[in-house]
Amino acid sequence: MTTEVHRKGASQSAPQRADRGPLETFYYDNAVVRNFAAVTIIWGIVGFLVGLIVALKLVYPNFLGFIPELSYGRLRPLHTNAVVFAFGGNAIFLGVYYSLPRLCKAPMFSRALSKIHFWGWQLIIVAAAISLPLGYTTSKEYAELEWPIDILIAVIWVVFGANMLGTIYKRRVKHMYVAIWFYLATFITVAVLHIVNSFELPVSPMKSYSLYAGVQDALVQWWYGHNAVAFFLTTPFLGIMYYFIPKVANRPVFSYRLSIVHFWSLVFIYIWAGPHHLLYTALPNWAQSLGVAFSIMLIAPSWGGMLNGLLTLRGAWDRVREDPVLKFLVVGVTAYGMTTFEGPMMSLKNVNALTHYTDYVIAHVHMGALAWNGGLAFAMLYYIVPRIYGTRLYSVKLANFHFWAATLGIAFYVLAMYFSGITQALMWKEFNEEGVLRYPNFLETVTQIMPMFAMRALGGGLYIAGAVAAVFNLWATARQGSLIAEEEEQALPLDTRVAQSHASSSVHRWLEGRPTQFALLTFVAIFIGGVVEYVPTALVESNIPTIAAVKPYTPLELEGRDLYIREGCNNCHSQMIRPFRSEVERYGDYSKAGEFVYDHPFLWGSKRTGPDLHRIGGKYPDSWHALHMKDPESTSPGSIMPAYPWLLTDALDYSLIDKKVEAMRTLGVPYEEGFAIEAAADLEKQSRKVAGRLVDSGMEIAPDREIIALIAYMQRLGTDIRADATLTGRHDKLMVRVEAGGGYSAYYPLIDAAGLAAGKAIFESPRNLCYTCHRHDLGGQVGPDLTDGAWIKDCNTGDIMTSIKRGNQLKGMLPYGSGKKLDDVQLHQVASYIVSMRGSNPANPKKPDLQRESPCETETW
Amino acid sequence: MSALYLLVGFSLLIALVFLAAFFWAMRNGQYEDTYTPALRVLFDGRKSAKPSKEIVP
Repeated sequence: MTTEVHRKGASQSAPQRADRGPLETFYYDNAVVRNFAAVTIIWGIVGFLVGLIVALKLVYPNFLGFIPELSYGRLRPLHTNAVVFAFGGNAIFLGVYYSLPRLCKAPMFSRALSKIHFWGWQLIIVAAAISLPLGYTTSKEYAELEWPIDILIAVIWVVFGANMLGTIYKRRVKHMYVAIWFYLATFITVAVLHIVNSFELPVSPMKSYSLYAGVQDALVQWWYGHNAVAFFLTTPFLGIMYYFIPKVANRPVFSYRLSIVHFWSLVFIYIWAGPHHLLYTALPNWAQSLGVAFSIMLIAPSWGGMLNGLLTLRGAWDRVREDPVLKFLVVGVTAYGMTTFEGPMMSLKNVNALTHYTDYVIAHVHMGALAWNGGLAFAMLYYIVPRIYGTRLYSVKLANFHFWAATLGIAFYVLAMYFSGITQALMWKEFNEEGVLRYPNFLETVTQIMPMFAMRALGGGLYIAGAVAAVFNLWATARQGSLIAEEEEQALPLDTRVAQSHASSSVHRWLEGRPTQFALLTFVAIFIGGVVEYVPTALVESNIPTIAAVKPYTPLELEGRDLYIREGCNNCHSQMIRPFRSEVERYGDYSKAGEFVYDHPFLWGSKRTGPDLHRIGGKYPDSWHALHMKDPESTSPGSIMPAYPWLLTDALDYSLIDKKVEAMRTLGVPYEEGFAIEAAADLEKQSRKVAGRLVDSGMEIAPDREIIALIAYMQRLGTDIRADATLTGRHDKLMVRVEAGGGYSAYYPLIDAAGLAAGKAIFESPRNLCYTCHRHDLGGQVGPDLTDGAWIKDCNTGDIMTSIKRGNQLKGMLPYGSGKKLDDVQLHQVASYIVSMRGSNPANPKKPDLQRESPCETETW
Repeated sequence: MSALYLLVGFSLLIALVFLAAFFWAMRNGQYEDTYTPALRVLFDGRKSAKPSKEIVP
């Protein structure tokens, strides 16, 4: 079969060649290749270093102090954007600008476009590096950049595509090698993804709101997010794999037919898998299942490609021992195989229930980014730089050091994160024999994995050490050679007879020579259908699920929400309680789709470095939030959340509030007409209320500070449908089981002044915060009145101690107080203080719930 | 949930673009020969760079 095809090709080529005229001489532009190589490594180091900084911030929350621009929530998106779009993006362009002309036997279409592309992309990166730390973000992962930068990205991307298409049209080789198909798919799909996900309504030059809300926004975002991985970090790198592995191994790809099947099946299946990022969320089940099914299917093309790459090395494995380029390629492709098996597994709902929101995902993406993308990028650098400088690699030894440092670094990194993810997920889900969460305090599940955080930073440090060695090695390589800016090449012109015979119309022939028009037309063609389908459905109101109790945010809450976005809270906190018993017990009723209809953008998050916040509203008093933001350890000892002291000192800028309300109205949020004009007054009124409550609890904060808005937003979260949540009867059934088990007995109340004073101190301590629910005078607020002699459980001193020790998870009382454990002596002291306050008749006590509380009868003191 | 229509629409359209590209490629003769392209990629017109002595035997 093979020989037959070969003979057929040979017999045809002889007469063709005679007609094709003389050899043409042309020059590859290596200067732009050099430029992309330089920025790949430079931005790579920057991106890795920012990653190391955020990793260290998790180990030492005080690292780099508390400067707003360097806070974790702002630097984490900078890290992901730098690594994906600056390091990964420039690596893609390096690969394309080197391999595409050589595959087409034609220089890049336009040197001007090459220059615009190069400098435009660097401008985008600089704009991101400035705007993200300043807090300008849309909060949508890997799409954080604000709208002016989004437009710039779209323009530069089209420039890249035009340059690529133009080169392809001018090619001297009729057949487009498989790598080119992968490059083309990258261009087309990323353009569509970026544009659709970036539909947003600007309210100022650096602030916009997503056109979509809640569930829809989440769906569009993860359709984009998943396919950014698929078509930005996978397809271009597969093209690179198909070019560089055969070149380095100097043998043809294992199966060219497999590569064709690989390409078409991969691009077809990938685009559907996005909803696997939203399993068990408020997204409709059928959409989740669709995502799962396509994710599982993806194993086939992914592994087909991975095996095709690795098997290309059959018979050349001995070379892998010596050649650092091959080492990086082999580890990269192997890691690709591992992640593309792991990914579909993580898309299974039962696995996802465990891995989602944890460091397991962090391990997964770093296996992809550090080993697959990083491995291929460094392999390219070590391959290309010596060639365009007409020399050999300065030091193979140093490159080998880089390889081992990177490989070990990756191992340290991912193993730590796998352990961390599984450990934390199991702790979140563990119940004790009495049916209550074993680790009700989220912090316990964080302190447990701190050693893993440290090991992760070590792994990342090793990886960076290797990359620094690469910088020196490549610099020295360039220094010992000299750049061949114009690389001469000769080829026969394209046999136009074939093209003519296949060209169906003259219009298409005209288009073939005009890449810009072609790109624009292609875009229009795929855009029209979507718009036609979307606009009517968006206008039909019945498509938006609403819950009557869910109301739009007040202007102050809206400003607070924008602060939440500015500080990147969503990087560590989810707002999506999945319908598991462990989550409902810990956070409250599971999240409903209708609760997010006014959320432009959605803020569900994808990682729980801290607890979920969807039902944080009303859980703690305002003063708790103020103290917590000022110094998290004051309310949660051992917390790794950074402090946000500037929120308490900086004045809230609400000059745009009328425009923001108006923008929300345009997006369909039902504010009354003309409300925008009153928005500022409404905001000031609510701020004074919040500030007043803070004064009542002893905190003097001016009503115009940022913290006031944030508190207003936090206290609103998840409260709209809380009334419904308490109606569900399941909590009462669980109560019975909680009450089983041994407790304290035979304790008599202390009566000495020192013991009672100690008990009062414990009650009043900000570490325990008893007063936030029971009031300073024990008259009851959220929790019951402790002075009225009516009790839910028995009222022996020992019974009270038991209640404090175990807490009452179902009603929101934490065991042992909200943080530090109380020992038996302390429990005794505080219980005695409570007993001593009986009958103290506080003003306006909370009325006893007579269905659950009964008068105390079994007093033993 | 209207975004689902949009996304399913776009996903279908992208899939169709690729399907059309596939048929175009087939009819254009891209896959008439699935043997030599894999070999041809290995041959560059001229060697622009000296291969590293340490690496290449």
